[in-house]
Amino acid sequence: MKNKFLELKNISKSFGKVSALERVNFYIKGEPEIVGLIGDNGAGKSTLIKIISGIHTPDCGEIYINGKRMENWSVVKSRASGVETVYQDRALAMQQTLARNIFMGRELTSIFGFVKSKLQFAEADRLMRTIGFTSKVFASDSAVVNLSGGERQGVAIARALYFKANLMILDEPTTALSLTEAQKIFDFIRQARKGGSSCIFITHNIYHAYDVSDRCVVLDRGKIVMETDREHTTVEQLVKDMQKIAQNNGKVREGINNARS
Amino acid sequence: MPDLKKKQNNLDRNQEFRRSRRGITKFLDNNRRALSVFIVFIILMLLFIIKNPKIFLNREIYEAIFRSLPIRIVLALPLVFVIVSKEIDLSFVSNMTFSLWIFAATVKAGWDPFLCMLLAILAGALIGLINGMLVVRIGLQSIMATIGMKFLLTGLVAGGSNIMPIPLTFLVDTPFYNTFAGKIGNFPVQMIWAVVALVIAMLLFNYHKFGSDISCVGDNLESSREMGINVSTVKTLAFVYVGIACGFAGVLSGLTYLSFYPKPGSPDELMLAVLASVFIGGTPTTGGVGTIFGAFIGACTIRFVETGIIEAGLTGFWTQFFEGLIILLALTSHKFHKSR
Ligand SMILES: Nc1ncnc2c1ncn2[C@@H]1O[C@H](COP(=O)(O)OP(=O)(O)O)[C@@H](O)[C@H]1O
Ligand SMILES: [Mg+2]
Repeated sequence: MKNKFLELKNISKSFGKVSALERVNFYIKGEPEIVGLIGDNGAGKSTLIKIISGIHTPDCGEIYINGKRMENWSVVKSRASGVETVYQDRALAMQQTLARNIFMGRELTSIFGFVKSKLQFAEADRLMRTIGFTSKVFASDSAVVNLSGGERQGVAIARALYFKANLMILDEPTTALSLTEAQKIFDFIRQARKGGSSCIFITHNIYHAYDVSDRCVVLDRGKIVMETDREHTTVEQLVKDMQKIAQNNGKVREGINNARS
Repeated sequence: MPDLKKKQNNLDRNQEFRRSRRGITKFLDNNRRALSVFIVFIILMLLFIIKNPKIFLNREIYEAIFRSLPIRIVLALPLVFVIVSKEIDLSFVSNMTFSLWIFAATVKAGWDPFLCMLLAILAGALIGLINGMLVVRIGLQSIMATIGMKFLLTGLVAGGSNIMPIPLTFLVDTPFYNTFAGKIGNFPVQMIWAVVALVIAMLLFNYHKFGSDISCVGDNLESSREMGINVSTVKTLAFVYVGIACGFAGVLSGLTYLSFYPKPGSPDELMLAVLASVFIGGTPTTGGVGTIFGAFIGACTIRFVETGIIEAGLTGFWTQFFEGLIILLALTSHKFHKSR
C-alpha cells in the first residue's frame, strides 16, 4: 500500500466569528482516485480546497504530502507538489487570450524570457481539443471573455492537464454548464485518472457526484459527516443519507430555536 | 463519393482561407484603437498641409517637432505598462527634472557625460523603485503615492538647486552630444532613440514574459497571484521602468534645450500631454489591455496638433482648446469601437 498522496489532519478554519471548518480529516489515496466532495452552499467545501491549494492558512491542523508533514504550506508549495486547482469564484484573466490564461505565471519562454507564443498557441489548441472542445468559433488567440462557460472551464482544466497534476481540484465545475458540457468534464476527469491524476470534484448535485466519483465525502457546516465508497452504496441510498443529514440539520436548528425562546 | 471529396476540399480551402485571413484581421483587431488614432493623425496632417502647405511641406517644422517629440515618446511608452497594471504614475515629469538635475550638476562638475547619464538613469530608477515600494509594500494607492512623490521631488530640486539654471551649451558638438542629440543630415538623432525606445517597449509588451505578466496582473490580480505570478515584483518593475525612462528623457531634454532649469508650472502640462498620449493611443485605465504603438502615435498626434494649431494662424490661447477637442474625440471613438 502506497502512502496517501495528501492527508489533512484536524484542520480548523474560521473567518471572524464564522467557523467554516471544524477538525476536518481528509485524504487522497496514493493511487489515482476521484473524490466527490458534496455539501450545501456554505458547508465549507471551497474553504477546504483553498486550504489544500495554499490560499487559506488553517487556524490549526496538519498537512501531509506522501506521508511527509508540510510546514508553511503555501500556493507555491501546493503547486510544486502537483496540486492544480480550478476555482469556482476566481475568474480567469478575461481580456487575455486563451493561451495566455493557460500558461499564466508559467509561460513557455526562451532565454531572456521571451514568450514562445506560437508554441503556446499550438499547445493551447491541442489541449482544448484533448479535453473535447472542438468548437470552430474559438481559437487559442481569442480573448477568454468571448468564450462560453464550458470553454472557460476548459481553459482552467487545460492548465491542470498541461502541467500534469497529481491532484486536480475542480470547484463546482459543472454548475454553470449544459448537460453535454458537463459530460465532457466527467469524461475528462475519468481520462485523467487513467493518466494517473487524482481529482477532487466539488458539487452540490448528488447525481453528478455519484456518477463520476470513486468515493463521496459529505461536508456539512464545517464538519465531515459522511464518507462512502461508490461500491458500497447506490445513488438512491446516497440521496436518502443526504436527506437524513438535512433533517438532522433541521432538528439542530429547532433545538437552538427552542433553547433561545 | 466524389461529392463528398469536393466538400472536404472546400472545407480545407475554407479553413486555409480563415487561417490566412486571421493574420491580417488579427493585426487589425489587436491594433484597432492604435490604428484609429493613426487615421485621425493622417487626416489632421492632410488638413494642416492643405491649410498651410508652405509650412507643413517644409522640413524645418519636422526638425523642430522631432527634437521635442522624442522626450514625450520615451516617457509615454513605459507608462503604458504601469497603466495596464491598473496603477498610475503622476511623478514622472518631476522625476525627469530630478534626473536632469543630477545629470547637469555632475556633468558641470567635469565628470564624463556618459557616466553622468548612467547616474541620471540610476537616480530615475531609484525613484521608480521607491514609488513601487510605496505601492506594493506599504500598500498606498499609486495615484496618491506618486502625487506625494511629485511634490517631494519638485521641492527637492527647487530647494537643492536654488532654481539656479545650469547651462549645458558646453556639451554641444562633443561626441556625447552627437550621440544623443546630434543630426544625421538634417534629421535629429533624438528621434532615432525614440524609435529604439519604441522597439524595446513593443518587444517587452508583446513578446516578453514581463508584458504577459503585467497584462494578467492588471486583468485579474487575485487570479494572477494564485497562478504564481509575483505580483509585487511585476508592478515594482513597471515603476522602475518608468523611472529609467525618466532618467533617459531627462538627459535628452537637457541636450535638446541645452540647460537645466526647473521651471515651475509647465511640467504639469507636459505630464498631462504625455498621459493624454497614452489614453488617446487606446490604453484604458481599467487595466489588462494597452497598446505601445498607440501611445507612440498618440504622442505624435498631440505634438503635431499643438504645432498645427499655432501654424494655422490661431493664437496660442486656442491650442489647448483644440488639444482638448482632439483628445475627447479620440476617446469617444474608442468607446464606440469597444461597444461594437
Ligand atoms: N474569505 C471569507 N471571509 C469570510 N467568510 C468566509 C470566507 N470564505 C468563506 N467564508 C464563510 O465560510 C463558510 C463556508 O464557505 P465556503 O467554503 O465558500 O462554502 P461552500 O463552498 O461549501 O459553499 C460560509 O459561511 C462563508 O460565508
Ligand atoms: Mg463554494
